[in-house]
Amino acid sequence: MDQMRPDPDALLDRINAEEAKKKRGKLKVFFGAAPGVGKTYAMLEEARRQAEQGLDVLIGYAEPHIRPDTEMLLLGLRILPYKMVEYKGVTLKEFDLDAALARRPALICVDELAHSNAPGLRHARRYQDVLELLGAGLDVWTTLNVQHLESVHDIVERVSGVKVRETLPDWVLEQADDIQLVDISPEKLIERIAAGKIYTHHSVDYLTRQFFNRGNLAALRELALRRLADRVDVQMETFRRQNAVAEPWPAAERILVCIGPSPFSARLVRAARRMAMAFRTNWIALYVQTPGTARLPSHARERAFATLRLAEELGGQTVTLHGDDPAREILAYARGKNVARIIVGKPLRRRGALFQRSLVDQLIRRAGPIDIYIIRDSSEPVLSERPSGPAPRPRPAGYGWAVAITALTTILGAGLYHGLHLSNINVLMLDLLGVLGVAIRFGRGPAALASVLSVAAFDYTVVPPYYSFAVSDTQYGITFAVMLVAALLISTLTDRLHRQSEAARHRERRTAALLALSRDLAATSEKEKSMQTAVRHISEMFRCAAAVLLPGGESPGRPGLAVAAGIGPAPADEKEMSVAQWVFEHDQPAGRTTSTLPSAAAMYVPLRIGPKTIGVLALRGEAVEHFCDPDHRHFLEAFANQTALALERANLAEETRRAWRRVETESIRNTLLSGVSHDLRTPLAVITGSATALLEGSLDRASAAGAQMLAAIVEEAERMERLIANLLDMSRLESGTVQPRLEIFPLNELVASALARLKRRVAGRNIHLAIPADMPLLRVDGLFFEQALTNLIENAVEHTPPDTPLEISAAASGRGATIQIADRGPGLPAEHRERLFEKFFRAPAARGQRGAGLGLALVRAIVQMHAGSVTAGNRPGGGAEFTITLPQACTCSDAGDILQNEDSETDT
Amino acid sequence: MTPTLAPVILVIEDDPAIQKVLRVSLEAGGYQVRAARTGQDGILQAATQSPDVIILDLGLPDMAGEATAREIRQWSGVPILVVSARGKEFDKVTVLDAGADDYLTKPFSIQELLARLRALLRRRPVENAQSAVFQADDLLLDMAQRRVTLAGRPVHLTRHEYRLLCLLMRNAGRVLTHSYLLREIWGPDAAQQTHYIRVYINQLRRKIEADPGRPRHILTEAGVGYRWAESP
Repeated sequence: MDQMRPDPDALLDRINAEEAKKKRGKLKVFFGAAPGVGKTYAMLEEARRQAEQGLDVLIGYAEPHIRPDTEMLLLGLRILPYKMVEYKGVTLKEFDLDAALARRPALICVDELAHSNAPGLRHARRYQDVLELLGAGLDVWTTLNVQHLESVHDIVERVSGVKVRETLPDWVLEQADDIQLVDISPEKLIERIAAGKIYTHHSVDYLTRQFFNRGNLAALRELALRRLADRVDVQMETFRRQNAVAEPWPAAERILVCIGPSPFSARLVRAARRMAMAFRTNWIALYVQTPGTARLPSHARERAFATLRLAEELGGQTVTLHGDDPAREILAYARGKNVARIIVGKPLRRRGALFQRSLVDQLIRRAGPIDIYIIRDSSEPVLSERPSGPAPRPRPAGYGWAVAITALTTILGAGLYHGLHLSNINVLMLDLLGVLGVAIRFGRGPAALASVLSVAAFDYTVVPPYYSFAVSDTQYGITFAVMLVAALLISTLTDRLHRQSEAARHRERRTAALLALSRDLAATSEKEKSMQTAVRHISEMFRCAAAVLLPGGESPGRPGLAVAAGIGPAPADEKEMSVAQWVFEHDQPAGRTTSTLPSAAAMYVPLRIGPKTIGVLALRGEAVEHFCDPDHRHFLEAFANQTALALERANLAEETRRAWRRVETESIRNTLLSGVSHDLRTPLAVITGSATALLEGSLDRASAAGAQMLAAIVEEAERMERLIANLLDMSRLESGTVQPRLEIFPLNELVASALARLKRRVAGRNIHLAIPADMPLLRVDGLFFEQALTNLIENAVEHTPPDTPLEISAAASGRGATIQIADRGPGLPAEHRERLFEKFFRAPAARGQRGAGLGLALVRAIVQMHAGSVTAGNRPGGGAEFTITLPQACTCSDAGDILQNEDSETDT
Repeated sequence: MTPTLAPVILVIEDDPAIQKVLRVSLEAGGYQVRAARTGQDGILQAATQSPDVIILDLGLPDMAGEATAREIRQWSGVPILVVSARGKEFDKVTVLDAGADDYLTKPFSIQELLARLRALLRRRPVENAQSAVFQADDLLLDMAQRRVTLAGRPVHLTRHEYRLLCLLMRNAGRVLTHSYLLREIWGPDAAQQTHYIRVYINQLRRKIEADPGRPRHILTEAGVGYRWAESP
């Protein structure tokens, strides 16, 4: 039963692929075995039919050396003009990608998918143009010959002897929604060539000889047909999976191909791909960097990287491992990844043949259930490209030291032997120690020199006859040989140890760098800061200028990129920004060291989270050249991933904050609405009720009851006015745009105008003012502060019985001042004291009473605006008291200073 | 203006409800009312109807109250009473400085409005009296003798306090802005030193008010200035 179920990952992949395809245009490839089978003709013929049916068809590119029959077909079709590109004095006719994108036809025909574009165009290869067209949602028809396929081109070369220069990664063809095979028999094709229908220019004889012989054509035809048959197979399989037919083969039996710096590795990679296609499974190209490979000359290392890139292009996964024992590394990795087959090469003859053969042997011996496929390198010359001479030459100083140390041990040894009559074994040990020291310190070369010199010196000084290189006893021959071998062995071992630890340090550095980055990124969730951190780390690690570009620049309509953080010169000019924009939109690296827009000054890497690009990382400087090395690039990707994660995290944090704010605002608005509508309706009800009673004449307005009604109307209207004033002030304060207009006031005046505003409410109340005569002047915003006092007094009046007294007192202390408003009411319940000043809080006991719970909140906001605080408490002897503390509101001068100036002049 | 005719009040106000209330109350108070809905119309009517007082709303749709007041002031000395909502203190000050004579904050009581109108209508004859005696309750100011008494007992005032008191009492019922008071007493350079005024007012209240914490004569117009309360 379980076997019947499709793998969920595979299902997800399929859904993702379908999602991506929905938006993409459809790709149709007219596929042929050889030039001249009539692909272009077939494509144009069908395009013509489509155009006649009214479809918007555009001929994006048709070969300039077109055959006469084909040219007839073009008549009446819309044709995009070529883009003329000057290159080394020649004008090349190229496909104009931007014009095609601007024209946006429903269907565009672009001939020759495998073509390499002229330098200076956006992409290096035409298939990249086609992918961009598809990405833009355009349907594309194109043509392709089988010999251009990357996975078969070596076969083609072997069979036909013609080197194919323009190759196409196989995955491009796999993207095609439809492949139409254009096929004619080899005999017919040769006939057509003979009839001059093909290749009308002069090279026809050479081409015919080289390429168009029956054998070649038959072989190519077979290749093409087989490719198509493979595809039909895959479609069949997809169909079966979609319909949950039990899988006839285990799902993830990956294939692993081990590559090295040899040019033969490219063939291994192609073989691996063909095998993976045959077995319908994933494949991995593995490169093990050993101390040995690290010593290789740079061109050999680059070839290994080129092979890794080739593997990537062919759709394989690439991995670089470091280790001393390749067989162990390979098998450990293979077991971890559920690899079923390992492909290794078997070179014919070379310097390291011993080592290589042992790798194959070891793999076979230790592989266990994994199959090992050994591919023999039969055709490609290996030795011609071998590196010449040993790798990094030790510094000459090492040899100097070797001579010096040997001289020292020799003199010492000779002294000991002849002076103290020690055994010659001890002298030998001393020499060995010297050789060991040289080996550890200076490496193999100097160690070898030291051992040879030591043997010679030993012979000269210790072996009889003394002071002659002649040897009397043959057993010393063994001594010499053993000593030489021991010295070389030790130096080789220390050398290897040295390089291994170097590699370990290198790895360590990288791990530490990544760790440091992720730790620093974890420390902040702020976008700017984390991007600064990332840029700093990347710039330090790769020794180049780095910048993070994020969308949301100045123009809101189009998601323009803007530099969010950068170290060193940021990409500023229009051209560089457009490359970054391209990367952002197309989700692929571009710029220097890549095959897209390689002329850009910087390299641009997308910052990706899953399928979506959220930013672009720009790298600039000489060090960018290192990113040709896939190992280095993978490392950069790790950094980019960390950066993207941090960015996403910052974005999410921001989103969360915004969401919270929205929720909070929403709840405040709701409370406000319910509170305000209650507090506005109540006075309105009183007003309407009283006014209608008076209006309808049921009450005499001159009577006592009528007068009461009128007073109620006025009082309620005034209450409403105060409420509205509070609301307005609150919203002004909360908008955060209000700057207090600080002016100098005597407290008396502020209290007086607050009481004046509450004239009707406090009428008849016993209010005791205790403001000392020498109270310093306050520096406050008069209007707001008066409002705060008004609210506190009104609050006291509201919550206390009418016959209880109120007390307003003040005191100064240094630069500070306190103002107290106290009552003799019921006091404050302890549990509500903290919440009193919250917006919309209303004590349960005060439910029946008025006020939106805004008054005290406004008091607090106003006092805080003056850098002060307000507290509430109960007084000894009963009642509540509210205290405003203003720590620095007092001015240095008090009223006396101002008055003193002219106090002498008195009139009576 | 013919003394036998009721004074003409021009109401420049765009809100019909307030227009209506004002017209009814003013006509009940014995005034003739002319109404204008826009600043332009108001200026036109101010020129053609020769009103005795203009009530000007600050929230007109077509032009700023300050500009309207300034325009009218260019060719007419007619008293202007500005009406506006609370929270627009700065606007009030500018319009008062632009030539308006008094202001009222919405919402206001009709009683208050009528009192202000009376003060404005009465103002002109009083203004000419350079030496006069002013009285409010038991406070007496004799400008000819430069003498102030409270309940018959002389009050000692500094020179600035005295000049402040004179200004206030002579303009009883009318709001005097901070900058006006400062200019009049300390000269044009002191127009920004509003705390001088506050300190002197505070001092003056201590000397002449029965309860300085709840003054009955010198009233504060928050954010604008001061007013001498008219005796009812």
